[in-house]
Amino acid sequence: MTAVAAERAAVPSRAGRALVLRLGPLSLRWRVRTLVVGAGLVLAMLALLVVAVSVGARSVAPGEVVLALLGVDTGGSSFIVRELRLPRALCAVGVGAALGMSGALFQTVVRNPLGSPELIGFTQGASAGAVAGIVLAGATGAALAGSALAGGFVAAVVVYLGAFRRGLLGTRLVLVGIGVGAMLNAVTWWLLTRAELTQAQVASAWLVGSLNARSWDHVWLVVVVLAVLAPACLAVAPWLRMIDLGEDAASALGVPVRRAQLVLVVLGVALCALGVAVAGPVPFIALVAPQVSRRLVRGTGLALAPSALTGALLLLAADVVAQHALPVAMPVGVATGVVGGVYLAWVLSREGRRR
Amino acid sequence: MLVGTAVLLVVAVVLSLAVGAQGIAPADVWRHLLASDGSNDAAIVHEVRLPRTLLGVAAGAALGLSGALMQSLSRNPLADPGLLGVNAGAAAAVVAGISLLGVTTVGGYVWLAFAGAGAATVLVYLVGSRSGGPEAAGTPVRLTLAGAAVSAVLMALVWAMTFLDREALDLYRFWAVGSLSGRGLGILVQVLPFLAVGLVVGLLLAVPLNAMALGEDVGRALGLSPGVVRAVTGVVVTLLCGAATAAVGPLVFVGLAVPHIVRGLTGPDDRWVLPLSALAAPVLLLLADVLGRVLAAPAEIQVGVVTAFLGAPALIALAGRRRVTAL
Repeated sequence: MTAVAAERAAVPSRAGRALVLRLGPLSLRWRVRTLVVGAGLVLAMLALLVVAVSVGARSVAPGEVVLALLGVDTGGSSFIVRELRLPRALCAVGVGAALGMSGALFQTVVRNPLGSPELIGFTQGASAGAVAGIVLAGATGAALAGSALAGGFVAAVVVYLGAFRRGLLGTRLVLVGIGVGAMLNAVTWWLLTRAELTQAQVASAWLVGSLNARSWDHVWLVVVVLAVLAPACLAVAPWLRMIDLGEDAASALGVPVRRAQLVLVVLGVALCALGVAVAGPVPFIALVAPQVSRRLVRGTGLALAPSALTGALLLLAADVVAQHALPVAMPVGVATGVVGGVYLAWVLSREGRRR
Repeated sequence: MLVGTAVLLVVAVVLSLAVGAQGIAPADVWRHLLASDGSNDAAIVHEVRLPRTLLGVAAGAALGLSGALMQSLSRNPLADPGLLGVNAGAAAAVVAGISLLGVTTVGGYVWLAFAGAGAATVLVYLVGSRSGGPEAAGTPVRLTLAGAAVSAVLMALVWAMTFLDREALDLYRFWAVGSLSGRGLGILVQVLPFLAVGLVVGLLLAVPLNAMALGEDVGRALGLSPGVVRAVTGVVVTLLCGAATAAVGPLVFVGLAVPHIVRGLTGPDDRWVLPLSALAAPVLLLLADVLGRVLAAPAEIQVGVVTAFLGAPALIALAGRRRVTAL
């Protein structure tokens, strides 16, 4: 066998055909379906990106979009494309991907399809931190992102310490998360009653989750952070698959389960923090993306790459819809909130028919 | 035990009347209550402290009893108005009223909150009971999930409306924090009929719910119709939570934590749990309110913030005991 070999592995029929990529000690195994779905998601995302930058108060023809992206100066439209719409769309893609992966990590650790950053109090902590920043210090930009992150991490640490007893019990984590989340929500609302109305408005616009007026600074933040976190996620992906089999099975396979859970939670929180710092607490992407991608690739576990692609596509689509398809332009969080809730109800009724 | 809780309630009421930003001696409070002499202090007692104390008693009793009913019926240790969509329904209706109908007073949106809470509860029940197939339909987990789904959609609509309407945000934020102050006696009078009916019927449900706790088959054998018991309990819970939420805003943990504490003391017999929860919850609510006044004097921290900070550690402590997961 050569150093790099692609082979059609004889795997059980349920898993489908797979391609195995070996590079020395490293071996990556992809099912054909996963690859096809992944390619489809990427294509859909690129198409949607073109739509996102061409539609608006002043629509830009797709040809001009491509020219502007290639760096040809076409006057006003290239400014609109390059400085206004493209950063926003790229932020949506990056944040969506981060939230999708974050959701896949949490849902695997909690072993519950409803695991999401909202459940461990992280989102509420970030919201309280950001609102405190806005109301108490008039924070904007990087300071706002920083106060959101600080709040989120404090909440995550408190929840983790509160929930960690001889291992991370799923139910306990959820209970502690709900409790801490409620406390932080109360703080948020209390701060909102203290604030000037204008500040309260700024804070509440942020609390919904929004991609309004995002610039290249935001895009670079997303790119840099993802460049660090995505490889780390790839490195722990095997753990993810084994923990998905159950804690006992995983430790029998030699996974240090406790340490793995801690690492996965830290990565999940960091990814979610990136999303919150850039777009605010956009609801439901982290919850929905891993489940949608699992149905698309028909896998058993929650794979990171498809979750990331699905999250990116979902958030971009939601932002396009929220901006252009409604009578009034809305923050993206309103769209994901409505769609996510309807999705959840649909999943509930669908499961009923299937069983 | 009933007597002890009642004594605690009296103490809480006295504290709520006597303690505040304006120092008034307890003896003077009593004198002012009996006969107003037109002084500033008398006005504070009559117009500020008495209404908020009465409101605290009524809303607390409603939340405590509805929490206990919900938990008994669903065998769901986490059953709470917030989780089953009541708060979100009330919130969406309040914001819609402010933003679309131009309602500006708490007295005006009590009815909206009430209608919204009821509509959301029915919706959650329909979604929850149609989902999950014959065995799973209507189970605690299904209902909780349905509650989460419906709440999410409604909250997204709330954000959309407050995003568009500055005035709506301004009014909504003071309601959403959960507070006993500034609501007035008029609110209480409006919701009192619903609370009274809910309290009476709710307490009468103790015996049927006890029987149901032994299993639906036992319930049926004793001549009960599980469907009817469930439906009546659902209506009572909506009445109680809707009225309380409309009057004081969405308060978390009162309905969740109090029945747990009571059950820890008495065991699972609903003939004890229901009335004691209705008596003990106002104690918690009033003491939290007094604490909020003392901690931040001369300003105050709204009771919703204080109950969250008292209730969350209680919930976390409960989570430490495995028993809570299997009610």
